[in-house]
Amino acid sequence: MAVRAERARPWVLLAPSLTVVTLLLVIPTGFVVAYSFWQRTVTGLEVPALNLANWAEVLTDGFYRAILWQSLRYAAITTLACALLGYVPAYFLVHTRFRNKALLILLLLLPFWISYIIRTLSWIHILGTNGVVNYGLRATGMTDQPVRMLYDEFSVIMGFVHAFLPYMILNIYVSLEGIDRSLVDAARSLGCTGWQAFREVTLPLSLPGLAAGSLLVFVLTGGSYITPMILGGPDNAMFAGIIFDTIIVQLDWPLGSALSIVLLAVLGTVVVLYTRFMSLSQVYKSFG
Amino acid sequence: MVRGVFTAWNGIRFFTGLVYLFTFAPIAVVVLLSFNDSMFGSFPLTGFSLRWFGTLAANEAIMRAFKTSLLLGSLTAVISTAIGVAACIAIVRYEFPGKELVNTLLVTPILVPEVVLGVALLLFLKWLDFSRSFGVLLLGHVILTLPYVVLVVQARLYGIRRVYEEAALSLGANRMQAFREVTMPLLMPTIFAGMLFALTISFDNVTATMFWKSAGMETVPTQIFGMLRNSISPEINALGTVMIVITVGLPLVAGGVVRYFGRARV
Repeated sequence: MAVRAERARPWVLLAPSLTVVTLLLVIPTGFVVAYSFWQRTVTGLEVPALNLANWAEVLTDGFYRAILWQSLRYAAITTLACALLGYVPAYFLVHTRFRNKALLILLLLLPFWISYIIRTLSWIHILGTNGVVNYGLRATGMTDQPVRMLYDEFSVIMGFVHAFLPYMILNIYVSLEGIDRSLVDAARSLGCTGWQAFREVTLPLSLPGLAAGSLLVFVLTGGSYITPMILGGPDNAMFAGIIFDTIIVQLDWPLGSALSIVLLAVLGTVVVLYTRFMSLSQVYKSFG
Repeated sequence: MVRGVFTAWNGIRFFTGLVYLFTFAPIAVVVLLSFNDSMFGSFPLTGFSLRWFGTLAANEAIMRAFKTSLLLGSLTAVISTAIGVAACIAIVRYEFPGKELVNTLLVTPILVPEVVLGVALLLFLKWLDFSRSFGVLLLGHVILTLPYVVLVVQARLYGIRRVYEEAALSLGANRMQAFREVTMPLLMPTIFAGMLFALTISFDNVTATMFWKSAGMETVPTQIFGMLRNSISPEINALGTVMIVITVGLPLVAGGVVRYFGRARV
C-alpha cells in the first residue's frame, strides 16, 4: 500500500499542471487544426466540415507567401543584429574585473522587467519627426527638414533588436561563463595569440549559447505583430499581424486557424532543425 | 602590438558601453518626457511638471486597466506558482517513468508563438461557450506563465540539498513534518521568485492578451496600445514611468526580501 501511494505521489503533484497544459494548449492547438477545415456559412456561422478552401487560399495566394517571407526576413535580420551586438557585451560581463559586476548583470536583465510596449513606443521618441535624432540633427544645423526614420523597415527592426537583445546577451553570457578558463590559458601557453585563442577555443565553445539565443530571438520575432503595428508602416505587416487581423477584425476563424497552423509549422520547423544540432536545455538554462 | 588606449579590451569596453546606451537611452527618454510640461508627448522640453501624473490618476479608463492588470497578475501568479511548484517537486524529487517527456511538455509552450497560443485558446473556449472575458484572460495567462515558473523554480529546487530533509526524517519527523518544517521554509524564496516572475510576465503581456480580452476590458498594455492610435500623449509617458517604477522597483524590493530571508536561514 505504502509503496503504491509513494509511486502515485509524483503524478498527484503533476496532475494540475499537466491538466492545464493539456486543456489549455494541447487540445486547443489540435482544435485549431480541425477548425481550419470548417466551413464558414453565408451567415458567418461556422460548421464542422472537411473544407479545403481555406488551405487552398493560404497555400496558393501569393500575398500570404510574401508576408511570410517578409516575417522570416525580419526575424533573420533581427537575429543577426542581436548576435553581432550581443556577443561583445556578454564577453565583457564574463571577463570584467569591475567590482560591481553583479550590478552590471542586473542592469542587463532590467529590460526584461520593463514593459515591452513602453520599450517599443520609446523608439517613436528617438526616431520620430520630433525625436531625439532629428532634434540633434537640427540643433547642429545638419538638416533643416526632419529626416523620416520612422514607420519603415528600419524602425521595425530597431524595435525588435531593442526588445530581444537581452535574450541573446543572456544566452551567450551563460555559455561563456561555463567555459573552463584553463583551456584558454593552455592555448596561450602553446603559443596562440589572444585572438587565435579566442577564435580556436572560446568562440567554438560559446556557440551553443549563440545558437540558443538565436533560436529564441528568431522565434520571438517571427511571431510578433505588435512592434510592426507601432513602429511600422503599411508595408511592414507581419504574418502574425495577418492572423490577428483575420481572427479579431475580420472574424474569419477558419481562415485564421489555417494561417495559425502555417506559422506554428514554420517556426516549429526552425525549432526542430535546431534540436537536430543542439539541445533545447541550453535555451532553458538561461531562465534558471 | 598597439599599446595605450587602443587595446582590444578597451574596444570591448567601449562597445559594451554603447550597447548599454542603446538599451537604456530610449527608456530614459520616456521617463524624461513624462516630466515635460508640453501639451504634446514629445520634444522639445518646455519645463518641469508633474501634471501628467495627475491627469493619469484622474483617467478612469487607465485606473480601471490598472486594477484589471493587478488582479489578473496576482491571480495568475498564485495559480501558476502553486501548480508549477507542485510539478517541480515531482520532477526534482521523484523518479518516475516518462519524466523527460513530462518536463518537455511543461516547458515547450515557451517556444509556441504567442499568437498561436492566443488563437488556439480563444477558439477553443468560445467553442465551449466559455465567454467570460476575465476568465479567458486568467486561463490564458496561467498557460503563458507556467513554463517560466517551472524553469525558474526547477533550477532553484535542484540547489536545495536533500540532506536537510533527510536529517529531519532521521531525527524522527514524518514526511509531512519534514516538508512543513524544513523544505517549505527553504522553498519560500523560490516560490516568491516564481510568483514575481509570473506577475511580471502577466502584467507585461500584450501579444496574446489582445486575442483574449473582450471589447470592454483592457489591461494596462492593451490600454496603452489603444491610446497609441493617435499620437503619443504625455499621459502615456507618465504611465510608462509609473510602470517602470513598479516593475523595476518590485523585483528590487523582492530581491532584498529574498536576501533577508536567505540571511535568516543560514
